[in-house]
Amino acid sequence: MSRAQTVVEEIEAGGQGAYVESYQPEEGRMTINMGPVHPSTHGVLRLLLELEGETVARCEPIIGYLHTGMEKECEDQNWRQAVTIVTRMDYLAQMFNEQVYSMAVETLLDIDVPPRGKYIRTLMVEMNRLNSHLVWFGTQGLDMGAMSAIFYGFRERELILDFFEMVTGLRMNNGYLIPGGVWEDLPEGWEDVLGRILDMLPGRLDEYEDLLSQNPVFLERTLGVGVISADEIKQLGATGPIARAAGIDWDLRRDMPYEAYGDVTFDVPLEQASDVYARYKVRMAEMRESVKIVRQLVDKMPDGDYKNMDPKLMPPPRAELNRSMEAVIHHFKLVTQGYSVPAGEEYAAVESPRGELGCYVMSDGGTSPYRCHVRDPSFVNLQSLAPMAVGGMLADLIAVIASVDPIMGGVDR
Amino acid sequence: MALPEILNGMKTVVKNVFKKKDTVSYPEVRRQPFPRYKGRHILDRHPDGLEKCIGCELCAGACPADAIQVVAAENTPEARFSPGERYAQIYQINYLRCIFCGLCVEACPTEALLMTTEYELSGSSREQLIYTKDQLIIDTPIVRHWTTKKELPPERQVFS
Ligand code: SF4
Ligand code: SF4
Repeated sequence: MSRAQTVVEEIEAGGQGAYVESYQPEEGRMTINMGPVHPSTHGVLRLLLELEGETVARCEPIIGYLHTGMEKECEDQNWRQAVTIVTRMDYLAQMFNEQVYSMAVETLLDIDVPPRGKYIRTLMVEMNRLNSHLVWFGTQGLDMGAMSAIFYGFRERELILDFFEMVTGLRMNNGYLIPGGVWEDLPEGWEDVLGRILDMLPGRLDEYEDLLSQNPVFLERTLGVGVISADEIKQLGATGPIARAAGIDWDLRRDMPYEAYGDVTFDVPLEQASDVYARYKVRMAEMRESVKIVRQLVDKMPDGDYKNMDPKLMPPPRAELNRSMEAVIHHFKLVTQGYSVPAGEEYAAVESPRGELGCYVMSDGGTSPYRCHVRDPSFVNLQSLAPMAVGGMLADLIAVIASVDPIMGGVDR
Repeated sequence: MALPEILNGMKTVVKNVFKKKDTVSYPEVRRQPFPRYKGRHILDRHPDGLEKCIGCELCAGACPADAIQVVAAENTPEARFSPGERYAQIYQINYLRCIFCGLCVEACPTEALLMTTEYELSGSSREQLIYTKDQLIIDTPIVRHWTTKKELPPERQVFS
């Protein structure tokens, strides 16, 4: 028997991991599979549940249904092309993926991003945070029966996607933040379009709060539901709004400022209750903070280059190609091979809408990543689902999943 | 029960019912994308009618999704397609693979390959979505599946 087979059999005998099918439930409990195709698991998440009556006695998230091998795919692309792959991991926080990957590669390359580039990047990721939280708002409401929430959330998100379309040319999976800066400068008229969105959002957020924050049905279903202790959160490594809703005062944007976050002031919303409602409160407050951050960035937007113009990194300007043979040869080389990155390893982390998003990049000195691992917050946060769900009602589990806000594209990568 | 809170929420809903609609009835009404929008490609021509593409295959090399196939052939005095030595005899973009990243446009040294704002790319078979040079070259008119009665500007109106 091969080694692999032995391992599989050992796992099956223990009833662990992916082979839970062979697991025998305890007497008097019912095993239920929720998902992978279920409207409220937010993607292809499968939950293996054991129920005692209507109480969840055991909850095991089973993942891997969306595994597309994106980390491996990066190794086949050059450093510039890999941006188009990483952006597809956590597809609601696409810019964060690009940003963290670019930051890691920039450290390896030992290059700087010009101030304007940094500001544009920060602005775009904050808009992305709003976009992601609006989707969360919609789905959180929808899962608890507030149908209007998803209409409103998606209506506002559409305007942000329009802004992305205006700046990056794409609505999702933008591939806009690249190692060295951003793909293109902000287009003409961006301030007007963005300004209208920023003027509108606070009012709309008030409407959302009117709709849900005091609604007795909503309170009934969220207060005291899905409680997890701060210690457990720390042990599981969960970050982001989940941790902040449990009173863990940790936000990478403030505690380890990167890009332009050092130049703006904002509050980090905190809650203590650590239930679904607290997480709702934190995310709602975060949206208002994001609006505040973007306003400051617009006011302070510096002039200058939007990307590092190092000719080793960026193809020569168009006009050069008609004039100089050197430029043409250089262009051919950059496009066909890409630039090489000095050998080494680097970890970078940013605060994504779901928590600490990290990227561990390894280079062997070649023109493509040797390894590009992404620490996705959804993946880590998903582990906190079990402590939240166990002991609660099955119906509450729906609210809990929505409050964890897992994105399966990021979980499985 | 706490009726005031529910009524407060209903106020929002009722207010929104009487607002102007944010949705449009596509495909009769169609929103024009922003100019930067990365949509279907075209292959451009020089003013004198020769193709800009020189069959250098850079676009195929830059493509992260391996969506482009270029087979170059030599120009001859009798059959001249492009000003350079070579031209693209076969040029295909597979829209089943393309992720509209625009790296090919950045890579093209002659600005032959461009992206339009056309986004209605659907077909009833796989073969239909592999666009050949005849379809991509600029003088082929773009075929829409439906007639558009009204075209809206890129920016949506924001009602606050
Ligand atoms: S847009 Fe991107 S994926 Fe599509 S053909 Fe060009 S390089 Fe390939
Ligand atoms: S489209 Fe441009 S990059 Fe592609 S083969 Fe033609 S000239 Fe070369």
